[in-house]
Amino acid sequence: MDELVIAGRSFRSRLMIGTGKFSSNQAMLAAMVASECEIVTVALRRVDINNPQDSMLNHIDRDKYLLLPNTSGARDAEEAVRLARLARAAGCEPWVKLEVTPDPYYLLPDPVETLKAAKILVKEGFIVLPYMPADPVLARHLEEAGTATVMPLGAPIGTNRGLRTRDHLAIIIEQANIPVVVDAGLGAPSHAAEAMEMGADAVLVNTALADTPNPPAMAAAFAKGVEAGREAFLAGLGKQRHQAQASSPLTGFLRHDV
Amino acid sequence: MDIQLNGKAFQTDPEIRLNLLLESLKLDPQQVVVELNGSVLTIDQFSATTLAHGDIVEIVQFVGGG
Repeated sequence: MDELVIAGRSFRSRLMIGTGKFSSNQAMLAAMVASECEIVTVALRRVDINNPQDSMLNHIDRDKYLLLPNTSGARDAEEAVRLARLARAAGCEPWVKLEVTPDPYYLLPDPVETLKAAKILVKEGFIVLPYMPADPVLARHLEEAGTATVMPLGAPIGTNRGLRTRDHLAIIIEQANIPVVVDAGLGAPSHAAEAMEMGADAVLVNTALADTPNPPAMAAAFAKGVEAGREAFLAGLGKQRHQAQASSPLTGFLRHDV
Repeated sequence: MDIQLNGKAFQTDPEIRLNLLLESLKLDPQQVVVELNGSVLTIDQFSATTLAHGDIVEIVQFVGGG
């Protein structure tokens, strides 16, 4: 596959993995390996003082994977900026998946607060990958604000419903001058392939891998979906038509001439 | 001495240094990030930081997330 370049950094894989909700760290690591991903997202949360758990940092080989901290849980720009700064202080590279989701039911990203936080974080030197509604106008604003990518949603987080925002994703892909990473809602390798066929630069998947009895097998399937979709996009899909167009010659039939 | 630790009241030795607080909580300073009264601290500041009564301390770490 051709390389994905984000903020001047090259990646061989166009599949990013979220590390949430796996039944065990072992299952998560097996999925990461099988997916051949190079970017993994993590979240920041309070330590449980009475019952400290291992940090994710103990489990992820940071020479092999770029850790992309998210700002999940942030309800406004201020909380998102705070989480991004904390992540950077943990010694992470200044990459951040910006998420501002005030509504806990659908977890839809807040466009106003996301743009506001993006502007602040870009100014502070962060490489910002914003999770966003599939809104082409917002995508433009974020690009102008200096974000490294846009990450429009296919469907609400964790719903596995696929590219419900397809028409708007197509416009975002058409207009963007920065990588478009379709994030959230991808539930099947065919969804990932579809996004890549449309010309998305990458996809991010978590629930579809964590929420299956066999995460590494599903991760491998997603890797194939992404690769197939990318190759199809580069090859150029055939035009859709209304009327049938024969694939076989329309001459030399075994029948009497009328 | 009373501080607020991760949103809850917490009693600790007076003027305890942050690195010793982490040690008493059995937390590896390499694995956590600390915010003191709203400002983020870097790891090299832990041993030079003395806590005061009423300080608001947040200790966070990376967990799985999408």
